[in-house]
Amino acid sequence: MNERSPLSTGVVPRFSDEALKQIDAIFKRYPADRRQSAVMPILHLAQREFGGWLSRESLDYVAGIVGMPPIRVYEVATFYTMYNLRPVGKYHVQACTNISCWLCGSDQVMDALKKKLKIAAGHTTEDKRFTLIEVECLGACVNAPMMQINDDYYENLTADKVVEIIDRLP
Amino acid sequence: MKIVYQNIHLPNSHTLAVYRANGGYQAVLKAIELGPDEVIEEVKRSGIRGRGGAGFPAGMKWSFIPKNDPRPKYLTCNADEGEPGTCKDRDIIRYDPHRLIEGMMICGFAVGIQQAYIYIRGEFYRETERLQAAIDEAYADGILGDNALGKGFKFHLAIHRGGGAYVCGEETGLIESIEGKKGQPRLKPPFPANIGLYGCPTVINNVETLASIPSIIERGGAWYGALGVAKSSGTKIFSVSGHVNKPGNYEVELGIPLKTLLEEHAGGVRGGWNNLKGVIPGGSSSPILPAEVCATITMDYDAMAKAGTMLGSGAVIVIDKSVCLVRAIARLSRFYRHESCGQCTPCREGTGWLAQIMTRMEAGQGTMEDIDLLQDICNNIGGKTICALGDAAAGPVMGALRSFKEEFIYHVEHGRCMAG
Repeated sequence: MNERSPLSTGVVPRFSDEALKQIDAIFKRYPADRRQSAVMPILHLAQREFGGWLSRESLDYVAGIVGMPPIRVYEVATFYTMYNLRPVGKYHVQACTNISCWLCGSDQVMDALKKKLKIAAGHTTEDKRFTLIEVECLGACVNAPMMQINDDYYENLTADKVVEIIDRLP
Repeated sequence: MKIVYQNIHLPNSHTLAVYRANGGYQAVLKAIELGPDEVIEEVKRSGIRGRGGAGFPAGMKWSFIPKNDPRPKYLTCNADEGEPGTCKDRDIIRYDPHRLIEGMMICGFAVGIQQAYIYIRGEFYRETERLQAAIDEAYADGILGDNALGKGFKFHLAIHRGGGAYVCGEETGLIESIEGKKGQPRLKPPFPANIGLYGCPTVINNVETLASIPSIIERGGAWYGALGVAKSSGTKIFSVSGHVNKPGNYEVELGIPLKTLLEEHAGGVRGGWNNLKGVIPGGSSSPILPAEVCATITMDYDAMAKAGTMLGSGAVIVIDKSVCLVRAIARLSRFYRHESCGQCTPCREGTGWLAQIMTRMEAGQGTMEDIDLLQDICNNIGGKTICALGDAAAGPVMGALRSFKEEFIYHVEHGRCMAG
């Protein structure tokens, strides 16, 4: 078992009525006989609904909705890095260290984040507020260095700026 | 000369009202008057080549879609924008999404497509919201739908978000991903023009390519074809990042000297031109050009190919003399190892070896044999895999070995970097 293997919690999740409505709309984007196309958007939705990550039970639940064998859903979930297969903190801090960001000082940004959050990359703070990871290019290279926290990009960063950004988070 | 970015500096440029007020959705009406064949001819006449990286002529791609085929046809727009250094499509999506929608409609009309998808990288969450809002506006206005623009043609458009896999920028990996699978590229042939999404004929174009189409139809293929230089017509957006004083996305005519792009548009190299070490001219996969070549080369498909590199996605990564090139390439090698989909042995194993050797080279533990081994591994990846990711992984290493071999040797001999 490695860190991308589906992890069981014993808890079977349920989508809210609002989410189920969204799922109906997702299926309508694709031909009626191509329900499997909906698996990625539904996994994205499940991750938002179920606390920022996908347990084995969540994957099985989505498999049932889409009508796919669970193993096919595990394949998809483990292939795409945006699907979190372990719990993450309230704030998922993703710092780019690829070439353009590195040229513009992502080492200093990463160091500042580690120091501020008192964790190494790949870890979550004890209070479960922050998970810090190093990510590949996120496509904001002319405003390097950058990071993403949950849905938002933060660009043109400096060591001082990231500390301020972290402090300002609610 | 701005075509794709002509409106992005206007207030509320992302809204239908502003797009319309500046002539938006007139080109698609003109396309309907011209008829499908003439639209494809205009695009061919423009000479526009795919702006995502491969540089294949777009008009030709459209004309490959079989006619009188009973199967549905699909258009997928590649908005995966994952090539390190590239962030040009993001600004089209954020600031002029209707231009993209109109370009897609023109393609749909010309090729006979009723359903289109935009495959956008999953991390572009805010950009997806912006794009979805534009699509919703277009539906509400009757621009999209069963009776698009009230002109009796059916055109539907939906977004499919990726999940953070670089390989899905490869067109058949992208198709697999829309089908709800791992994004592992398909063997070609068959090409997507015949067997693409859901086994049906499919056009796949980059955001920038499609966003160029409205102006091509509006002003004519000949007008567009006269911009730029031979075999590289039109404008191109270059994402200039790294060691320049004004990094940014700059839309200029193809064929511009690289030095002009850096000095006159991007504010010059940090510390002056003489502080330049080299430029990765077309995204991280393209072999680096040393400063002496940068001084004279022009930014077009042919000049880049002749110099042993490529225009790629137009991501110009500028590297000054403070940089340890071994370290820079090691970082890229780790990226390709991470992104290899694992399907083809030369790439899966080769990217791992490249990353491992580059990492020990960086740490001062490499040997002279390692330098030859790197070359050997590159030779054994190139052209031996289903998709171009393998070649992409080899590109930066081979480029660095070609132009900066002395830095590798210095690392081996001194256990550290020349740049300090």
